[in-house]
Amino acid sequence: MGDGEVVAVLGPNGAGKTTTLRAVSGTVTRRGEVTFDGKRLPRSPERTARLAIAHVPEGRGTFSEMTVLENLRLGAYTRRNGMGEDLERVYGFFPWMRKRADQQAGTLSGGEQQMLALARALMGRPRLLLLDEPSLGLAPIVVREIFEIVRRLNQEEKLSVLVVEQNATVALESSSRAYVLEAGKVVLEGPSAELARNEDVRRAYLGY
Amino acid sequence: MSELLQQVVIGLASGAIYALLALALVLIHRATGVINFAQGEMAMFSTYIAWQLVQWGVPYWLAFAATIALSFGGGMALQRVVIRPVENAPVLTVVIVTLGLLLIFNGLATWLWSGEVRTFPPNRPFPTRTFEIGGVVINVQDIGIVLVTLALVAALWAFFRFTRAGLALRAAALYPESSRLVGIRVGWMLGVGWGLAAALGAVSGMFTAAAFPPLEPTMMQAVLIYAFAAAVLGGIDSPAGAVVGGLTLGVFLNLVGTYADDLQNLGFPVNLEGLRLPVAFVFILAVLLARPQGLFGRAEARRV
Repeated sequence: MGDGEVVAVLGPNGAGKTTTLRAVSGTVTRRGEVTFDGKRLPRSPERTARLAIAHVPEGRGTFSEMTVLENLRLGAYTRRNGMGEDLERVYGFFPWMRKRADQQAGTLSGGEQQMLALARALMGRPRLLLLDEPSLGLAPIVVREIFEIVRRLNQEEKLSVLVVEQNATVALESSSRAYVLEAGKVVLEGPSAELARNEDVRRAYLGY
Repeated sequence: MSELLQQVVIGLASGAIYALLALALVLIHRATGVINFAQGEMAMFSTYIAWQLVQWGVPYWLAFAATIALSFGGGMALQRVVIRPVENAPVLTVVIVTLGLLLIFNGLATWLWSGEVRTFPPNRPFPTRTFEIGGVVINVQDIGIVLVTLALVAALWAFFRFTRAGLALRAAALYPESSRLVGIRVGWMLGVGWGLAAALGAVSGMFTAAAFPPLEPTMMQAVLIYAFAAAVLGGIDSPAGAVVGGLTLGVFLNLVGTYADDLQNLGFPVNLEGLRLPVAFVFILAVLLARPQGLFGRAEARRV
């Protein structure tokens, strides 16, 4: 992955998309090495998080019994200062969170929880965001909104994003490059615009 | 009326002791999903350490503080060394491990301090003199125990609510996966949870030795049962519930004891004074039947 890139990983259920992200963050044991900035990544998620790599897991990993603000504070756990500044930055992207800071996170709608997960990741000042199925269970209009924010994060914050998605249409629209996984192997890769025109991809994932 | 009030105050003091141990049980249950049957014996062991320090000439309150610190370290070490290897084992395995710890601590205390009855110097931690307000005779020690307990509970609440470490502890206990992803060292947090529980237990033990002397290896066994009852009453995952449960149970059991004679005079054939422990069990049973999630707990829906 290049610096500041948005890369999408597509593929059917069970292809290994989620596992790919989990291997990067160290949530699963892996063989071989993953390097970031020329350095080998550690093999545990808590140490990976300290290297400014944020992983928003499938199902969003919401701390649901805690408040919105507590979720954000937890996102900043690896950093000891500058939280106030980051809160302002996050509220800039998600203005509704300021007013609802004391609301219990579990009572938010699915889309709001996905945004909270993004905001939580942002609090750790990540350089790389690992995003797992952000569209899962969300209405199309909310999916658009989420990906619009991801695009802005990428442009305004120079955040690199590795996104796993079943919704190939929106994933290819918002990424610069993409990989297609099948049964654990990369079967196709290339610029997203090119993949979107590829016959096989269209038939298998775009449905037209 | 003043008799009743007086018994309520006395009950609150023993209730505070149950509350502290119940809080320790709740902390560990929240952190690791385990009922720690060794909690009482750990507290008893801590109390012996305090006694030993005092014997060696350490001033009482210094020994009190040192015991809390040592217990914290010890609890943490226990989690790291004994509990962590069985972290992913079935619950029953972990239960057996805590039962093993119970026997070990009991044996260790008997071996090190020969199981003899020991006492702390008098008027420690609080003077045992009494004063009277409106016909109610109040023991300074009872007030001290209740106040220190409430202060500890408030401090603990503020710690969990407002500090970064407290937030991380709560998160690690409830959401280990997500916590790891934001960089929390979950394993260590669980260790800290055990440490805090051991420290609370130590306070409970030292208060027990003061309020219900003497100090002996079996002294926390009944207290542990009461603490279980208190924790179950409050909801096993609710710290506030544990405190309210402990105080309620303390008052209730004390009233049972107080009015036992009256009931006997009224023709009840049994000596209720000796029935405190069974009454506590009936309490547990009744709560589990009527409201399994406890007074403060949340009912849990589980897909089967």
